Amino acid sequence: MIKVVHYINQFYAGIGGEEKAEFKPEVREGVVGPGMGLNGLLKKNDMEIVATVICGDSYFNENLEEAKAEILDMVKKYSPDMFIAGPAFNAGRYGVACGAIAKEVSEKLNIPVLTAMYIENPGVDIYKKYLYIVETKNSAVGMRDALPKIASMAAKLAKGEELGTPAEEGFIERGIRKNYFAAERGSKRAVDMLVKKISGQEFVTEFKMPVFDRVPPAAPIKDITKAKVALVTSGGIVPKGNPDHIESSNASKFGKYDIQGVDNLTPENYETAHGGYDPTYANDDSDRVLPVDALRKMEKEGKIGSLHRYFYATVGNGTAVASAKKFGEAIAKELIADGVDAVILTST
Amino acid sequence: MVKEIERAGLTVVHMCTIVPISLTVGANRIVPTVAIPHPLGNPASDPKEEFELRYHLVERALKALETPVDTQTVFDK
Repeated sequence: MIKVVHYINQFYAGIGGEEKAEFKPEVREGVVGPGMGLNGLLKKNDMEIVATVICGDSYFNENLEEAKAEILDMVKKYSPDMFIAGPAFNAGRYGVACGAIAKEVSEKLNIPVLTAMYIENPGVDIYKKYLYIVETKNSAVGMRDALPKIASMAAKLAKGEELGTPAEEGFIERGIRKNYFAAERGSKRAVDMLVKKISGQEFVTEFKMPVFDRVPPAAPIKDITKAKVALVTSGGIVPKGNPDHIESSNASKFGKYDIQGVDNLTPENYETAHGGYDPTYANDDSDRVLPVDALRKMEKEGKIGSLHRYFYATVGNGTAVASAKKFGEAIAKELIADGVDAVILTST
Repeated sequence: MVKEIERAGLTVVHMCTIVPISLTVGANRIVPTVAIPHPLGNPASDPKEEFELRYHLVERALKALETPVDTQTVFDK
């Protein structure tokens, strides 16, 4: 019997949503939540989940080193042969937690590890070079689809069997190259590819170029005391009632709000539209996410030239990268037209 | 969003709690903050102290905006 320890967050453990995201690591014997379905599939391959570690997403990400050490101790006690984290789908903090703890277990306990998430989860870019990450859909709707893939890859990894290509196995490319014998020699394959390309047909390259989308740092502000500073946030701060109906997750738009004469964001007038984190603190005082009060004081003290009349807000919860890119471009265009010099962007 | 704003030519500082995400996304000036649900506050402290904490973090962001950087930089002090 191959022993597996499973890692899930507070939500999938049924402990609670965002109000419980500070939940400290806890280990339970046997399966919890999605582990039940996963275990059923693993058993077919003589594998079993012997214990489940549960940790709140905020606790993990805000106390990275402590959380990793605590969880590692819990995992160690069961001397597992394999460690599985998630699936995290498009939950950003959960994905980062799954990636971080899987990497830690792999390095410290030297056993095979596996996690699963959606391709745009920030955990993918951070951890894909260290780990096998099964590609899932962007929400828990994809659970049924994800679990068999996880179980099948887990069995191969635990038994040291050879894996197929990322496309065959359903994991996210790690940028690792493997030698193999092709049916046809390189020159023939290259010409075939070229012919397809010229005739506008689809072809699969054998040499993928990495995509580096980096922006060089902008020049520093010469004199911030003369600069017009604008506030932008992905933390969902909006006037009370969320007049533009910005979605609590996977936002399709951003809002632009006039703060002329506003010295302080009060709970009567402002709130957050953001799902996926506990909104209590932001609703009590939105300055905790969007520091209008501090910047107003600095404006009066002459520490900045001025605070721009409008702030921009969207919700960064599970929002598609393509949407965020579009929002960023549109916001930048307006800010430049309005003569803004510098931007403070806050995220939750 | 940070990247697109910077690509357009504006100097931008990203204030966030999970710095590894900001680094992955490609922010160039990063100021680490307090906690995910209250990046610029601490509900456990009294309002005056909390405001001072926020003021101090924003000061650090302003300093970051004034600092020349040629690579991704985390302003943690």
